Amino acid sequence: MPIKKFVVGNFYDEQVLFPAIKNVRKTGYKIHDVYTPFPIHGLDTAMGLRDTSLHTAGFIYGITGTATAFSFITWVFTSDWPMNIGGKPFFSLPAWIPIMFELTVLFAAVGMVLTFCYLCQLAPFVKKDHFNLRSTDDTFTMAIELNERSNEQEIVSYLQSVGAQDVSVQLKETGWWLGRYDKEQKLYNHQVEVAG
Amino acid sequence: MAIREQYVIPKKYNTLSIILMAVGILSLVLLYITHGAASGNTEEASHERARFWASLLTNSVYFLLVVNAAMFFICATTLAWGGWQMSFRRVSEAISACVPVMAVIAFIVLMALVFGGDHTLYHWTDDEHVKHDAALLHKSGFLSKTFFTVWTVITLVGWILLGKKVRSHSRRIDDKPLALPEAKKYIWNGTVWSAAYLALFGLTVMSTIPWLWLMSLDAHWYSTMFSWYTFASSFVAGVALITLFVVFLKNNNYLEFTTREHLHDLGKFQFAFSIFWTYLWYSQFMLIWYANIPEETVYFEPRLQGAYRGLFFLNLIINFLAPLLLLMRRGSKRNYGTITMLSVMILFGHWIDFYQMVFPSISPDHVPNMLFDFGIALGFVGLIMFVTARSLTKAPLIAKNHPFLKESIVHHT
Repeated sequence: MPIKKFVVGNFYDEQVLFPAIKNVRKTGYKIHDVYTPFPIHGLDTAMGLRDTSLHTAGFIYGITGTATAFSFITWVFTSDWPMNIGGKPFFSLPAWIPIMFELTVLFAAVGMVLTFCYLCQLAPFVKKDHFNLRSTDDTFTMAIELNERSNEQEIVSYLQSVGAQDVSVQLKETGWWLGRYDKEQKLYNHQVEVAG
Repeated sequence: MAIREQYVIPKKYNTLSIILMAVGILSLVLLYITHGAASGNTEEASHERARFWASLLTNSVYFLLVVNAAMFFICATTLAWGGWQMSFRRVSEAISACVPVMAVIAFIVLMALVFGGDHTLYHWTDDEHVKHDAALLHKSGFLSKTFFTVWTVITLVGWILLGKKVRSHSRRIDDKPLALPEAKKYIWNGTVWSAAYLALFGLTVMSTIPWLWLMSLDAHWYSTMFSWYTFASSFVAGVALITLFVVFLKNNNYLEFTTREHLHDLGKFQFAFSIFWTYLWYSQFMLIWYANIPEETVYFEPRLQGAYRGLFFLNLIINFLAPLLLLMRRGSKRNYGTITMLSVMILFGHWIDFYQMVFPSISPDHVPNMLFDFGIALGFVGLIMFVTARSLTKAPLIAKNHPFLKESIVHHT
């Protein structure tokens, strides 16, 4: 993951954060992300994030589960090892529906959890860096991504003007890397993409 | 924001509801002439009369349970300390105001069936027959005219009185804002009355009433799931009815505080309870299918393998597959057009469900012409529209002094 440059501001109040997001977006700066210690209703809409596709993935996992259960039980009970159970036909759908349902739930649940972890880059031994440790405690942290043409000083003062506190410029690697956050401080890839 | 508190019934709406009622009465008269008026004591004649009464039973019980589900919706959300429903709570209150009218109609039909002298629908009312029928004799403590009548009266009076209490409790604070201690007391009182209603609801719709009114048509057959399944059916249809009225009022620029967020949650209710209905339907079906005991499978024989096969699968398609696939997406729950279409479909679907609960027991070999029954159903729809609209005009559309109203205004799914 390349290292990028960010202007980071801290907000102490939701009432300041929301208008700030609106103004920053209107001015045309690129918000990398907003970090909050707890979920805030309407933040995703304010940031203009698209709806997650996690549900679509869940639906696909679900029908995969249904299809797996259906085809496997059909194969077992009609061709591989037909058994006479209570005189029922070999192909007796009502008896399979509970299993089909269970496998639907299992596939959808496990698949969605793994997909969620992947999307959030969560896994054991995966390190993620913080812009501001207080975003895990009591403040809301907004990171604006810079590119070659950005005027760093202008963005810093703009962020201060919309109500951000402790504004700083940081170099960060935004992706994940393997390692233990508490033990290893060395970044995985030191290549700097945006020259300071 | 300017709030339009007072509902004014549009002229067209009034005309439509009266036309629908006229259609209903016309179908009723036609059905009476063709079937209900058959005279004589022959089996054929009593069968013809049963066809007429079965139609009345299906429709009156179905629509009574559906409007009663609106009161269940209020009480369940109140007991859960929900606030999101406050912005349109008056709509469900207005729908539940149909309960007394529907209860009277259903009561007349039920009493006519029990004491009318014909035993084609309710075999167990035939004392001569019960004497020689070990199974019915065994059940005669429960399936007796006295118990049926007493319990039906207690149920209907209870629904009417407790429903009235919950409604008047809601209207009591319309012109006086509450201070905090009063508001706390007010919420507590509301919880207590809702709990009382729900206790009665649990003893009636969720357990005994569908056994008595519907399941006793097949007096020898029984299923403990039956009442739950009927409850699920009536509740999902009740939520669909609430949704329809909410959409209607939104389209007429009322209910300013009700937004897509509330519609989304109503859609979730329809989606979830459609699946809940399927779950109960299937739990009843699968155990009977698996055990394969003749005295139990007799219920599904005309439905699954006989004349009602089409309705049986239509029931599953309309009430399970369609809501599952069409309501799954977030967008379709938030879209006025889609949710209206699905609400109408669900109301119709559960009417079909009730139809196939009743008719196979009097006419197992062929499906009667459903046109008359549908006409009578339209009459009941007209009646519900008429009574609900009148009830809507009697109170402000928004309970503006309710402590939880703000929760509903800022509601976000």
